[in-house]
Amino acid sequence: MHASLHVLKSFGVTVGRFIESYVDDLKWILKGGFHMRYSPAALPVRQSVKARGVFVVQYPQERLPLPERFRGFPFLIEGRCTACGTCARVCPPQCIWIKRAEDPETGKSLRRPESFFIDVSICMNCGFCAEFCPFDAIKMGHEIEIASFKGGDDFLWDLQRLTRPLSYHAQIHPTAYAEEEREKASKKKEE
Amino acid sequence: MAEIISENELLAQLKERFPGAVEAAPAPQQGLIVAADRLLEVAQALRDEMGYTYLSSVTGVDYPQATNGLGPRFEAVYHFFRRSGGPLTVHVHTDHDNPVIPSLTPLFPSANFQEREAWDLMGIRFEGHPDLRRILLWEGFDGHPLRKDWKEVYYEQDQKPFDSRYPAGKPVRAEERVPLGNNLRYPPGWSPSDWRPLADVWGYGPHDEVAGQKNPRHPADRMVLNMGPHHPSTHGVLRLLVTLDGETIQKIEPSVGFLHRCHDKIGERNIWIANIPYTDRLDYICSMTNNLAYVVAVEKLLGVQVPERAEYIRVIMSEFTRWMNHAISIGFMGNDLGIYFTAVLYALEERELILDLFEMTSGSRMMCNYMRFGGVAHDIPEAGVTLARQLVTERLPRFMDKLEKYLTHNEIFRARTEGVGVLPADKAIAYGCTGPLLRGSGVPYDIRRAEPYSIYDRFDFDVISYPEGDVYARYKVRLGEMYESLKILRQALDQLPEGPIMDGKKRHNIKVPAGEAYGRIEAPKGELGFYLVSDGGPNPYRYHVRSPSFVNLQTMNEMCRGHLIADTVIILASIDITLGEVDR
Amino acid sequence: MSPRKRQLPEIPPDLVGTVHVTPIDQIYNWARKRSLWPIFFGLACCAIEMIATAAGRFDLSRFGMEIMRASPRQADLMMVTGTVTKKMAPQVVRIYNQMAEPKYVLAMGACAISGGPFKEGYNVVSGVDKLIPVDVYIPGCPPRPEALLHGILSIHARMEREHIPDLRWYRKGEVSEGIPVPELGPDLVDWRLADKIEALQQQTAE
Repeated sequence: MHASLHVLKSFGVTVGRFIESYVDDLKWILKGGFHMRYSPAALPVRQSVKARGVFVVQYPQERLPLPERFRGFPFLIEGRCTACGTCARVCPPQCIWIKRAEDPETGKSLRRPESFFIDVSICMNCGFCAEFCPFDAIKMGHEIEIASFKGGDDFLWDLQRLTRPLSYHAQIHPTAYAEEEREKASKKKEE
Repeated sequence: MAEIISENELLAQLKERFPGAVEAAPAPQQGLIVAADRLLEVAQALRDEMGYTYLSSVTGVDYPQATNGLGPRFEAVYHFFRRSGGPLTVHVHTDHDNPVIPSLTPLFPSANFQEREAWDLMGIRFEGHPDLRRILLWEGFDGHPLRKDWKEVYYEQDQKPFDSRYPAGKPVRAEERVPLGNNLRYPPGWSPSDWRPLADVWGYGPHDEVAGQKNPRHPADRMVLNMGPHHPSTHGVLRLLVTLDGETIQKIEPSVGFLHRCHDKIGERNIWIANIPYTDRLDYICSMTNNLAYVVAVEKLLGVQVPERAEYIRVIMSEFTRWMNHAISIGFMGNDLGIYFTAVLYALEERELILDLFEMTSGSRMMCNYMRFGGVAHDIPEAGVTLARQLVTERLPRFMDKLEKYLTHNEIFRARTEGVGVLPADKAIAYGCTGPLLRGSGVPYDIRRAEPYSIYDRFDFDVISYPEGDVYARYKVRLGEMYESLKILRQALDQLPEGPIMDGKKRHNIKVPAGEAYGRIEAPKGELGFYLVSDGGPNPYRYHVRSPSFVNLQTMNEMCRGHLIADTVIILASIDITLGEVDR
Repeated sequence: MSPRKRQLPEIPPDLVGTVHVTPIDQIYNWARKRSLWPIFFGLACCAIEMIATAAGRFDLSRFGMEIMRASPRQADLMMVTGTVTKKMAPQVVRIYNQMAEPKYVLAMGACAISGGPFKEGYNVVSGVDKLIPVDVYIPGCPPRPEALLHGILSIHARMEREHIPDLRWYRKGEVSEGIPVPELGPDLVDWRLADKIEALQQQTAE
């Protein structure tokens, strides 16, 4: 009997977890009913260090908020890209193709892209394009639900698919956006 | 025990003992050049008399052009270590048209797999190797891919960035550029209709021999069992060839290469900074430490100073990674024992919280891409520091208590792990083991103490080591290291200073000065080293990863012989491998 | 809990314009989709995210999928998670052949879709759809667990629209041959391309 004592203690750990999850559920139910367990109020608590019971995120009804720096797939802010080519040069798997626009009469290159393709089936979400863009034109978005039945060309995103308004950037990257605006304002002051 | 002497003194002693065989390597290379025909004598002297008992890394480099005042050649580069201190780099040159070098495997068994890899990918033949077959690719593959003149099917240019992307970039899929529409190419004159696969492409030969020696009492009992590459317990796509006598193992051989993703070749094409996200994918569970190892190696060549705050952040991230890796390693070992998913699920829950910290700081849960040359990419937000503190002071210690109660004295756990897979200390050093595998055999060697990198010399922590050498000892080492990681984290979080996180401005087009460097860190699985050769340009000339799992895996045969088949998975779990690292 | 919001992706292309799905089909499909057993085909890094999806936080057992079978005979869904290398290609095809129909394939991660960042590697197959037919592609490196769950819900959406008499698997007289297993030669030998290879080799010889 003595020899098996530690195994019983181990079982105690599992049983303890089991009971804990129901006790935790009960706490939330007492706060306001069964639906409180998986409410928007409960999600940040149940998914933090204070989590005690069931740790699940009930996707697709619940979604974890993505942190600001999350690197989904790149997107271009309307009107900012000057087709400098830095992102295409720094991309590790070389999945960015940029064609610089040219003035049809003079042949001089204009500071915008004529076409801009990213093959997201090769993209490794490293974020270098956004990190090294000198004009804050390409940023990492928060899109993740882009599964496709066809593959292939569904994943070759062109300029139209990649472009988003500035408000989208301000919405998903509030801190970074505020920082950029501050820098721009201070640069303007210097000039 | 040989006393510590400087490299110049060592060179002088060797020159005296072996006149004409040893000379210093010309700058910017480091270490010595040893003549190929005297290599075995010199290596024996290094091992037996001068204390260099640990051969860590063996790799080949292709110099088709004359460099450094030396002609076109293949080089085999060896890195030897003693109880503490940096590497002794030994270069051995051989002819470029017919490269042959004597094998060090009879003296240093740790060279076994690595010489096979150099043969496979570079084409350097090692004479005297007990079993020189291809390891990462298969017998019959056409060519030696890491040679400078070998071009892959989707080849565009020698170095990235490719001109076709900008300024006139028209997207063309790689498949459309090649005639077969696929990543396939066959030698001229080869035709599929009159071809049959090689008889032993899957490597059963040596095992059939052993199995053929029938046991006279039970002649039908010997068989060759193939475990994997698709197997629930092999931690990935690993194949184990097991020769069994009844249920007892006579011979076991790991067959790898099922996840060989051509890391070295792609690394040579990338620019220096673009290799950082690729290192994430080596040991995909511990991406922060992989980044750190590469960055430490390049910083040796660059000679940059990392600011204080960045150093502390690096240590914090590394120790969280170490804790997380050991937690799920113990969890998966529990899986293999039969604790079907309980321990893993508890460990994964804690891991999710640590991943929250990583995501908040670097932008991604797993492929963090966080370290940069001269610092880190982003600063930890305040919420991240708070989360880290809460984890270290409340959450993770509570989990450790639970884990102790759950496993450490559990009779079933002890009965299955004590005495299983014993690796004696001298064998562990000879096989080049590092990490918990080595420390579980009684050798307290930890790179954070032996050759401190970053700011580890400032922290107060113990090196955990147990003498038994069995699976239970390795479990205790991992558990002890988790406690030590929490200790280091507490100190680091308390001492975290303010300040910049990057030395200078971030640049993507750096040129690393010419030279070579071997940078290594104590990754959670062992010694992760990067051997880098730079020719002064924006891309590496040679980029080699010395991964702990690959070298540690060689001990499988040593540890499993005589045990039952059910113990194999436990022993494999106790080595703790990740296939991304083994195969690169 | 908020009312169930159906986040259906668009209708799969080969099921557009199918006949109206009958109630028998609906019951049958509902039963099948609620117990879709995946095969534990973890190859590389995406396998860790798949394990994280099956673990406590994103819990696959809410969909009836927590039993990751090791044997292909007992599995319905093959989640190809990670880079498929040429050395592994024969095994991938063999396991696909061994799965009993109805079977679905989900390519998770950039490497499974197209070879991903390792596309130029000499040992990498540029996309698992070069070997076996794929139903859903999930990009990302690695895709977040939510993205994987979205992909799995896409497979469910596909299953919901299947009409039994139209399915290839249930038609009389149709025996599905396995895909010929590639072999390891001077490079991976894909027997379906044998004619093309032959023609090309003859061309280069001239």
